[in-house]
Amino acid sequence: MYIAVVLAPLIASILAGLLGRVIGRVGAHSVTILGVAVSFVLSALIFKGQAFDGQPPFNGAVYTWLVSDGITMQIGFLIDHLTTLMMVVVTFVSLMVHIYTIGYMHDDPGYQRFFAYISLFTFAMLMLVMSNNFLQLFFGWEAVGLVSYLLIGFWYTRPTAIFANMKAFLVNRVGDFGFVLGIAGIVYLTGSLDYQTVFGMKQAMAQHSFALFEGQPFNAMTVICICLFIGAMGKSAQVPLHVWLPDSMEGPTPISALIHAATMVTAGIFMVARMSPLFELSDTARSFVLIIGATTALFMGFLGIVNNDIKRVVAYSTLSQLGYMTVALGVSAYGAGIFHLMTHAFFKALLFLAAGSVIMAMHHEQDMRQMGGLRKYLPITYATSLIGSLALIGFPGFSGFFSKDALIEAVGESHLNGAGYAYFCVLAGVFVTALYSFRMIFMTFHGPERMDQHTREHLHESPWVVTVPLILLAIPSVLIGWVTVGPLLFGGYFDGAIVVAPEHDVLKEMGANFEGPVQFILEAFRAPALYLAAAGVLSAYVLYLVKPEMPAKIRARVEPLYRVLDNKYGFDWFNEHVIAAGSRSLGKLFWTIGDETLIDGALVNGSARAVEWTSALVRHVQSGYLYHYAFAMIMGLAALLAYLLFHT
Amino acid sequence: MQISWPILSVLTWLPILSGVLVMLVGERQVGVARWLALLSSLAALAISVPLWLSFDTASAALQFVERVAWIPGLHAEYYLGIDGIALPLIVLTTFSTVLVIIAGWTVIEKRPSQYFASFLIMEGLMVGVFSAADGLLFYVFWEAMLIPMFIIIGVWGGVRRVYATIKFFLYTFLGSVLMLVALVYMYLKTGSYELAAFYRLPLTMPEQTLIFLSFFAAFAVKVPMVPVHTWLPDAHVEAPTGGSVILAAIMLKMGGYGFLRFSLPITPDASRSLDWLVIGLSLIGVVYIGLVALVQQDMKKLIAYSSIAHMGFVTLGCFVGYEIVASTGSVQGATLGLSGAMVQMISHGLVSGALFLCVGVLYDRLHTRQISAYGGVINAMPIFGAFMVLFCMANAGLPGTSGFVGEFMVILAAFRANFWFAFVAATTLILGAAYTLWLVKRVVFGEVGNDGVASLKDVNGREFLVLGVLAVAVLAVGVYPKPLTDVLEPSLKHLVSLMMLSKT
Repeated sequence: MYIAVVLAPLIASILAGLLGRVIGRVGAHSVTILGVAVSFVLSALIFKGQAFDGQPPFNGAVYTWLVSDGITMQIGFLIDHLTTLMMVVVTFVSLMVHIYTIGYMHDDPGYQRFFAYISLFTFAMLMLVMSNNFLQLFFGWEAVGLVSYLLIGFWYTRPTAIFANMKAFLVNRVGDFGFVLGIAGIVYLTGSLDYQTVFGMKQAMAQHSFALFEGQPFNAMTVICICLFIGAMGKSAQVPLHVWLPDSMEGPTPISALIHAATMVTAGIFMVARMSPLFELSDTARSFVLIIGATTALFMGFLGIVNNDIKRVVAYSTLSQLGYMTVALGVSAYGAGIFHLMTHAFFKALLFLAAGSVIMAMHHEQDMRQMGGLRKYLPITYATSLIGSLALIGFPGFSGFFSKDALIEAVGESHLNGAGYAYFCVLAGVFVTALYSFRMIFMTFHGPERMDQHTREHLHESPWVVTVPLILLAIPSVLIGWVTVGPLLFGGYFDGAIVVAPEHDVLKEMGANFEGPVQFILEAFRAPALYLAAAGVLSAYVLYLVKPEMPAKIRARVEPLYRVLDNKYGFDWFNEHVIAAGSRSLGKLFWTIGDETLIDGALVNGSARAVEWTSALVRHVQSGYLYHYAFAMIMGLAALLAYLLFHT
Repeated sequence: MQISWPILSVLTWLPILSGVLVMLVGERQVGVARWLALLSSLAALAISVPLWLSFDTASAALQFVERVAWIPGLHAEYYLGIDGIALPLIVLTTFSTVLVIIAGWTVIEKRPSQYFASFLIMEGLMVGVFSAADGLLFYVFWEAMLIPMFIIIGVWGGVRRVYATIKFFLYTFLGSVLMLVALVYMYLKTGSYELAAFYRLPLTMPEQTLIFLSFFAAFAVKVPMVPVHTWLPDAHVEAPTGGSVILAAIMLKMGGYGFLRFSLPITPDASRSLDWLVIGLSLIGVVYIGLVALVQQDMKKLIAYSSIAHMGFVTLGCFVGYEIVASTGSVQGATLGLSGAMVQMISHGLVSGALFLCVGVLYDRLHTRQISAYGGVINAMPIFGAFMVLFCMANAGLPGTSGFVGEFMVILAAFRANFWFAFVAATTLILGAAYTLWLVKRVVFGEVGNDGVASLKDVNGREFLVLGVLAVAVLAVGVYPKPLTDVLEPSLKHLVSLMMLSKT
């Protein structure tokens, strides 16, 4: 049954990919939707079995990948409460995106290929979350990266797309570089790749230290956890490895929703939660996680305010929300991180798909300055966008409210180094989130209609394959928080899957005061977050609807600051001009000076000339050059053998 | 299954004799020559199936042994036998030769019979190298194998083929001569060329050091390691596609095989004391060559440099065991490193062979290997584009492909020795991806670059077959490497015991 969950989308993907021309468009989308639907239904059944019927977690191998030097590397599944939750989220969002794609990619010549890719992605993501060992985790990790690469560059004739996909892969590889070292460290200390074995030896691991520099021991767990987290920084786009995510918007919108919002980018969050037994043993590593996450949460949010591309605004919002999840991990509120991951998966997939619906209506125009007043043309898209945005900013009762509020409170409770900074960032981030979210809503759906005449005449609501997924995603965006806040955060749902040391357990402290969702909402009125969000919405209202000339004035006032934001803090500039260009110059230097001048010029050709000179007699027989050498060698060999023969 | 016939001799001499026969058929009846060449290479591949199946994977001893006197005056024997280290390399040889012959089917216009004959003869000689258990016999095969390669590059090569051949010759010959001296020296001490006798021979540290350095000269050139690598890009660029494939897939493996078969067990103490040299050069190779590969403008040169970087993992995996013992006091991990080195060799054989074939497919159509002459190839050749992306991903070490397995094992082993070894080795994750994906971006993706690209026809059935078979092999090793590592494990464990045993 577990194997069927991963194989259904894989087989569907192979069918659609290799036989795309044979089975046609309808065949391709039918088979992949069927595959993912099977996966979803099975995941839901497994979830029900474990969460409601009390079935025990499953941990078992499928096959042995290789055995060497006493290390057994296996492919296998660990299905516990954390896994089942991820499985349901992944397959549900994937199914919605599959259906949506029928409408969005309707006229695209690469229709079958697209379905093959997103099904393959679903397979890879499931392999990642269902793994019971580091090898398969890494396989899924890189496989989702591969599909992301293929999908960002889906429109492979666009120069920006094929630049963005290479950038995404390479930046992720920087993260994977750390990830592999972390895995190697674990294998070094435990001789195993299996989660259970490794977690069983965590105390012994924490006693070790690595002498990275002469005479300076570093705690092994800290080194390993930071290395693993560097992997998460790549995949979950944390500063400074976030640079690929905004560019990944070059891909078709359905994948922005599926891969770059709901699932793949949350793999890093999932991984750290999965590794909670290890991360709990290093305060230093968690402080590192906390500070990186907090920085991402606030500073990426700022970028959402100055961008005019509707998809990129949502992308920066994703970066910022991933920062929130990371902060939760840092303060040991893993449950809150995963809770936010889940609610975010629904409302952010919704926001992306809604943005896609807008883009379709606008004939693939993505600049919000060309939009405005769309709410009367796209009522369903408008309503669902509004729901998604309200969930995102944490409107009381909506899903994002529960997860974000719990998360912020958890940060407030924490005493870890850096928690003060993080608390400031996540609170300030609430205002920023509300501001950019409603800036987007107001610029797109309200105010004057700024599009040209032709576009306006053709504006109409998207077909049902697009709006139905929007509605289906809007439902959990509103409701899921109500039902799950209790069990996920305070009800011990993750017991056994996520391990928190009692002295860090901020959620437990909060849980002591928890008396149900209604009381949770009322509590929120006594905390600053809600008022910050309201202030953010109000600011957006004033700035973009009441006095639309204000933003330009403000910008003129703070020109230098605006430059910094407009250049995205200069990360891209640095990567391109320092790292990429530097590597190329270094490569050129090594090649021309090292290989061509020193080795070839001085050593090889020097000796070659000497040989040529001495063999000047032979040289004029141009055609026989090669044979002469070969012949000379054989003769030499024969002479030597003959000498030995007579000598002995 | 017991094999009662001399299977290794058949695998060695059948291709050589068929090669002679193919040559005799001559250029008048190319069709006959071609089919004869294909059938004999297929026969060799078919014979390697029972070889694999009846190989006892639980044993580290030499198997399928054939032993008769050869040159009695020298006590040299015709002594063949293989262990788990040689077996996969022999199968890789017979497998690659079939593909090379199919790939050259109609492409070679100049003296095709001789072309196919050269590959068959080379196949037999390479199998001989891997199965020889006698030092002199090994040496004869080792040197003889170069002749067909010289001819292949020199006759069917590109414009600067003479320069490339001379360079190839000078490098390899210089190394080989020193190896012969070392072999003769040990013969004079033991009175035999049997490799097992060399393993048992006690040697003082100065003796070992000199012997080690002689072997090192031969093998480092073959691998090749920095700084004796510059023959390889030139040889690859000038060689015809088939020559590049065999050069990359098999010939480079001779160096790694030599380290495993000669350096480590014969001079264990010198290997231990000079391991810094090999490990240092390997790590320099990974980074230095990775950066050089980044700026190549010729596709073949880029793949050639990427080969050198990948082979850095092989040499690192071979010698890292000594550092593991030095830092942890246990040999745990040494076998992992060796196994990783071997898997890396096999994988590199498949992946770089496939990439050279891909370049060949493009070259046959547009007659240029310059990256700038392409762009947007996938628009005209979608199937080819898919293959190329797959093989490039394997080259970048993506899990699920063979390219990942060996690198992963070597990194795991290197971490046991020293964090920084693993750190430097793991930079290949970034560098390897950088030069490979940049190649993909410039050649495969993008708008159609020019009229030449627009006129490209997608792969034909023959090309599809060759690339398809390689794709299956690359994925199979990536998804399920256990059969391969099971064959290697006992022999490598035995090797670890030899390389850790002091002889002084």
